Amino acid sequence: MFLLAALSLAGMTVLAFHVGRRRALSKAGGRWGSLRSLPTQYGYFVALWTALPASIAALAWGTLGQRALPWAAENGLDARIPGLVLLLSTACAGLAWAAAKVEPSFPARESTERIIRILLFLSSGVAILTTIGIVLSLLFEALRFFALVSPVEFFTGLSWSPQTSLRSDQVGSSGAFGAVPVFTGTLLITLVAMSVSIPIGLLAAIYLGEYASPRVRSVVKPLLEILAGVPTVVYGFFAALSVAPMIRRFGESVGLDVSSESALAAGLVMGVMIIPFISSLSDDAIAAVPRAMRDGSLALGATRSETVKKVLLPAALPGIVGAILMAVSRAIGETMIVVMAAGLAARLTANPLSAVTTVTAQIVTLLIGDQEFDSAKTLAAFALGLTLLVLTLGINLIALETVRRFREQYE
Amino acid sequence: MTRSVEPSAPPTADPHEEEPNGARATTTVGEPRARVRAIGLNVFYGEKQALFGIDLAIPPNQVTALIGPSGCGKSTFLRCVNRMNDVIPTCRTTGRIELDGADLNSPSIDVVQLRAEVGMVFQRPNPFPKSIYDNVAYGPRIHGLAETRAELDDIVMGSLERAGLLKEVEDRLTEPGTSLSGGQQQRLCIARAIAVKPRVILMDEPCSALDPIATARIEELIDELRESYTIIMVTHSMQQAARISQRTAFFHLGRIIEEGETEQIFTDPHEERTQDYITGRFG
Amino acid sequence: MSSAGASDLRATALTGRARRRLARRHRAEKRFRAYGFGAIAIALGILMLLFASIVIGGWGAFFRSEATLEIRFDAERIDPDGLRKPDVLATGDYGGLVRDALERLFPDVAGRRAKRALRRLMSRGAAYDLQKRVLDNPALIGQSASIPLPLSDEADLYVKGRISPDLPETERTLSDRQIAWLDALRERGRIHTGFNPGFFSSGDSREPELAGIGGALVGSLMTLFVALILCFPLGVAAAVYLEELAPETRWTRLVEVNINNLAAVPSVIFGVLGLAIFLGTFGLPRSAPLVGGLVLSLRTLPIIIIASRASLAAVPPSIRSAAMAIGASPIQVVAHHVVPNALPGILTGTIIGMAQALGETAPLLMIGMVAFVVDIPTGITDPATVLPVQIYLWADSPERAFVEKTAGAIIVLLAFLVSMNGTAVWLRQRFEKRT
Repeated sequence: MFLLAALSLAGMTVLAFHVGRRRALSKAGGRWGSLRSLPTQYGYFVALWTALPASIAALAWGTLGQRALPWAAENGLDARIPGLVLLLSTACAGLAWAAAKVEPSFPARESTERIIRILLFLSSGVAILTTIGIVLSLLFEALRFFALVSPVEFFTGLSWSPQTSLRSDQVGSSGAFGAVPVFTGTLLITLVAMSVSIPIGLLAAIYLGEYASPRVRSVVKPLLEILAGVPTVVYGFFAALSVAPMIRRFGESVGLDVSSESALAAGLVMGVMIIPFISSLSDDAIAAVPRAMRDGSLALGATRSETVKKVLLPAALPGIVGAILMAVSRAIGETMIVVMAAGLAARLTANPLSAVTTVTAQIVTLLIGDQEFDSAKTLAAFALGLTLLVLTLGINLIALETVRRFREQYE
Repeated sequence: MTRSVEPSAPPTADPHEEEPNGARATTTVGEPRARVRAIGLNVFYGEKQALFGIDLAIPPNQVTALIGPSGCGKSTFLRCVNRMNDVIPTCRTTGRIELDGADLNSPSIDVVQLRAEVGMVFQRPNPFPKSIYDNVAYGPRIHGLAETRAELDDIVMGSLERAGLLKEVEDRLTEPGTSLSGGQQQRLCIARAIAVKPRVILMDEPCSALDPIATARIEELIDELRESYTIIMVTHSMQQAARISQRTAFFHLGRIIEEGETEQIFTDPHEERTQDYITGRFG
Repeated sequence: MSSAGASDLRATALTGRARRRLARRHRAEKRFRAYGFGAIAIALGILMLLFASIVIGGWGAFFRSEATLEIRFDAERIDPDGLRKPDVLATGDYGGLVRDALERLFPDVAGRRAKRALRRLMSRGAAYDLQKRVLDNPALIGQSASIPLPLSDEADLYVKGRISPDLPETERTLSDRQIAWLDALRERGRIHTGFNPGFFSSGDSREPELAGIGGALVGSLMTLFVALILCFPLGVAAAVYLEELAPETRWTRLVEVNINNLAAVPSVIFGVLGLAIFLGTFGLPRSAPLVGGLVLSLRTLPIIIIASRASLAAVPPSIRSAAMAIGASPIQVVAHHVVPNALPGILTGTIIGMAQALGETAPLLMIGMVAFVVDIPTGITDPATVLPVQIYLWADSPERAFVEKTAGAIIVLLAFLVSMNGTAVWLRQRFEKRT
């Protein structure tokens, strides 16, 4: 059906192009000189007017027409037929209207280019539209949630169990919605991840930038980048099936009680995932420190490590802080690793060996499967989502600002 | 040449047992005393040879100006004296260059220590993004020249004084070095270099980024510093070379065409090419 | 070291303290260097460990073990009335045929429990296999033939050496007796392990030995196709507008900031968006590649816009001036000169964006692509799953054999990603050489 519609529209468009071109030529009596634009530009003009309104009509039908389906089915109609009719009739109307406008004096190129300009402008607006969509969809449902559960309880409550009902007299009566354990879980895993990725990423960047030969660098850098390209679900699998049992066995051998899903396993693997972010961003920051600084320090008899520690790192600090902030924002928003390896138990603990849950893992669990949009349980996911969005964007904005200031310093 | 710096093993023998003439083995009697001496020095960047058999003796406590057209090897030579060429991975050196008779390319030379002996001032002022005080204190700190804060203060103040900068910055030592004007920054870099008490100071066109007034101050300063240091200076300005140097070496295409007393080079050059260059016929 | 004296710079001036200090500084330098080297070694070591554990764990998924049984196509069991009617044939007791064949091989097995344990060695897929053979060729009825049939997941793992017979019986799902039967079958040369085409062609299944990634692969391709046809034109158009045509206004600055922020939004949020807008407001079907593609296109859009803008900006301005000077309109300059020159860079960015979309999991969980789908989807509105979600689902399954399947699916996913990124690198290098 989709294919049929697309093919027929494509056919109409090609036809329209020829109609426009032929018509312009015949009107001009075969003399190009009397036309304001090239014959092909008349063709483009008619083709655009055929394809564009029809595509918009089809899109509108595709999204809103779904609503007509039950009605159509009741009346024994295939709802897709009117859709196709709508598409083709709009295309024909567009073609006829545009073809009628073809005159030697008509500025086809200018007219076409105006439409293209508008189309390009609208495309750039899709990003804004997406943001508005994200904010609105989160905000509406989150507000409905906060009508059921007070924000004070959400942001300060210490007990999170959205699945079971604790007190039947509670508003929403489906569970406890104190999100503090969820936030601390996120914090704990992020801390573990950063304590892996910051030292390794930073030291790797320094080694590659200051010590490694160009050949080593050209081999090692892309290898490190692979770590960033591995899908998170693969890391999740690795964390849950390789790292977690390893930690558990190790914990048992030294007499520690490690739960099979632990913040440590998820955090370690997430840290590995983030290494390339830190290393490539801080590599950029260190490379942005002017060569003269490095030479000045070396010429005074400083060793390379003294130059790095006393001149380059302090000078690149804002850039590195920016890189770390971006990585933190990434870690907070990371989902699959925690869903697969961190567990779902909301526990208020700072012990990385126990299972914790995170904002992202809760969003996934609350929204997988059938949702009722009026239950506090489902709506809680949107409140968590809104918190997550504000948090990650806030950190990211600070990071971008820090990096921008840092760049200006050396430009 | 290896890119990394071989740490020198501590000398096995007691330094006092060494004979002074042992340490001056390559200096033949009768030649003028030279602080820095190059003997058949060649430098290559990958396949390309930048210096061809340079022979040059630089006497102590004088200003030696290196002149010549761009790309003639002056800066390359300068960077051989403190082995800053090591930073470039493809760079290779053959022949000999000595500081007070010690072979600088010998594997037992510790470049960290060498660079404490041979300071360098760059073309563009490059103060670290630290305070004025910390800029000057950087060298003494890494080399451990001061045991107490008071000693360090003395070194910093003395160096700023000698660089003629103390009066201007006395009351704002904690401000960043980058807040100074271009000429002040360059004098700060000179103060930073002399704070380590080097024997030689290398200057790579130290005034090319400065205005005439700042240039005049730096030139004055160089003239004063010559009493305590040996200064080797690359310059593009004939007038500057004539004004402040005692000796001049003219480089061309990686070779020394002529060297000698500045006065002689500028008034009565032996070589036609030198004559052409200093009168501005090429270069 | 006879020349040491001659080479030492301050032979007389260096005090013992200074010399010790120098040595300490050099040790610190070596240590620092070693830290850096160690960091890289750790990172690359983990990368190797990751790949090694997946390849070792998942390689077996591409193979399956079969036992060759003497099947008698007994008319009693599959076509009692002898009419060869397809609907009767389809409901025949094919499991019984397998059972009979096994009991003929091990005539001394007695007792219901023992017989059931014996039957469990074979996969349920064995019956489907026989059913298919009979439906294709009803003439088989009444005859007998040696037919290789799939083993059950546990038996398969044992044959591949993944279950050690040395483990105590209580710690494995295969009993000592079953292991003895398998060993006997192997001794009689009835067991073979070969390539498993079903892994690539079948849909999901509750039986690990029958489950395949065929459905997920098709779902992934459809989802990526939808994402590509949406976000490539939109992304390039937006990039062209922002880089080439837009005046420096508050609006363009807003769009730019917005795109940069969108790139930093956690992917799970895009899933929430898809759930609320595409499923909630527009009422599009759940679990469909159409919705998955829509969500992923929004996720990929910022990446494509940023990459496209960078490569548009890299087109030398002289080309623009030259075209402009001949009298081309701004749109013509862009369409005839700038975009063709920037195309390799745009394509590179698009491929990298698509590779990222291929690995994306979290947002697709939100829009229901996590459903258990056995059938291979035939259209973009059919319920489907995608490769990374399939990996997530299998990783969550309790059966041991699914671990192997999961790692196998990961190998396939990584192979796709490597080839996509490889293409992108190749494109970039070709492009760089030309300019």
